[in-house]
Amino acid sequence: MATIAVIDYGMGNLRSVGKALEHVDARSRILVTDDPATIRRADRVVLPGVGAIRECMAQLRRLELDAVIREVGSNKPFLGVCLGMQALLTTSEENGGMEALGMFPGEVRHFTACFAEAGVPTPGKVPHMGWNQVRQTRAHPLWRGIPDGSWFYFVHSYFVPLLDDAWTAGMTTYGLEFTAVIARENIIATQFHPEKSQTAGLALLANFTRWDGTA
Amino acid sequence: MTLAKRIVPCLDVDQGRVVKGVKFVDIRDAGNPVEIAQRYDRAGADEITFLDITASSDGRETLVQVVEAVASEVFMPLTVGGGIRTPADIRRMLNAGADKVGINTAAIDNPDFVHQAAQRFGSQCIVVAIDAKRVSGADEPSRWEVFTHGGRRPTGIDAVSWAQRMAASGAGEILLTSMDRDGTREGFDISLTRAVSDAVPVPVIASGGVGCLQHLVEGVVGGGADAVLAASIFHFGEHTIAEAKAYMAAQGVVVRLAEDP
Repeated sequence: MATIAVIDYGMGNLRSVGKALEHVDARSRILVTDDPATIRRADRVVLPGVGAIRECMAQLRRLELDAVIREVGSNKPFLGVCLGMQALLTTSEENGGMEALGMFPGEVRHFTACFAEAGVPTPGKVPHMGWNQVRQTRAHPLWRGIPDGSWFYFVHSYFVPLLDDAWTAGMTTYGLEFTAVIARENIIATQFHPEKSQTAGLALLANFTRWDGTA
Repeated sequence: MTLAKRIVPCLDVDQGRVVKGVKFVDIRDAGNPVEIAQRYDRAGADEITFLDITASSDGRETLVQVVEAVASEVFMPLTVGGGIRTPADIRRMLNAGADKVGINTAAIDNPDFVHQAAQRFGSQCIVVAIDAKRVSGADEPSRWEVFTHGGRRPTGIDAVSWAQRMAASGAGEILLTSMDRDGTREGFDISLTRAVSDAVPVPVIASGGVGCLQHLVEGVVGGGADAVLAASIFHFGEHTIAEAKAYMAAQGVVVRLAEDP
């Protein structure tokens, strides 16, 4: 039986991600785990996350999962969600500046500061909380059956700025444009919560469970 | 592309069953929470809020089971409020599948609780619920005070400055209920909603008083709310979520429509 490891580092609502995966994929076993060996053996890996980056990185390092994530991030289908996407960048300005996993170059920024820098005339409330549309910037197996411009559920105050086009699969606008979906080789990561995005989110998760990790 | 205004049906839960009181009296049973949540999920609600009005602690455990059952079937944002007093309460609800918890009285008893909770669990899951009542006379500038115990007990705290203080402490959202309007079906207290919405940098959910679809539009347009919460107009089938969204869209409010991608 195929397995999907949902990395449990003691933060956030892991139950929802696990339940949503079970809902869309009866063929796989969903393992919510912090065990490096289990994660390495899994066929697919999900890094979920809500909360603050400092606590996230501290927990990942304490459990020695940072090296495991870099490893599986290079060799099997890997899905990061929300903070689990932001943690893939080099640094985050959250918590006074934090070094993250460094799998994608760039810095995670805060909306409020960037609204001011960009001179956004009517800045929205922060957190960016609720449903927003995602523009699919290129084809990807995880977009199969999901119309361009579909609505997804977001809740975040920090965001991943626009990256190299080659690593971006989706963009969203909230006062400014930001990266909604990172995609490179076997890695996909979403700023929104597919596990909370009803039909479109479940479709994306179903696509992930069938994805072989090639773009 | 922009952020949609949210429609949030609110389910008052007592001993595991959904009820809705009119001014907290005359409570009627309106059904099973899992079934109702599934119905709202299919209807295109943007979130669901459970408000636990159970008095006993045994009943609270029932709510944890309700949240678990709902979160296993419904893949949309869930907020749980009522009786959240400790970090352990928050942890239990998040583990059960809630995305956000509403903190009300516990914040008034211990304002540092919100700060601690936001530090530990993140602002994104901390909603501070404020029950406000107008205390100014007809000829005075508007002033609202925070009330507890279903609107019976005044706290002496100014509602607008309380909202500001809670946002500064780490609340990620304010759920603002007008106790003057709750259950009246006369519409939101628009000046209260506007005063709080303009005063805080975080999203505001307007609550209390929805009696028709135009009230939802007024909450967003006049009140500046980011989301509108309603119970009875949806629970008793007077209007569907789809009707509410179509109505709001026709008035120029950005909402997530079923016929969108």
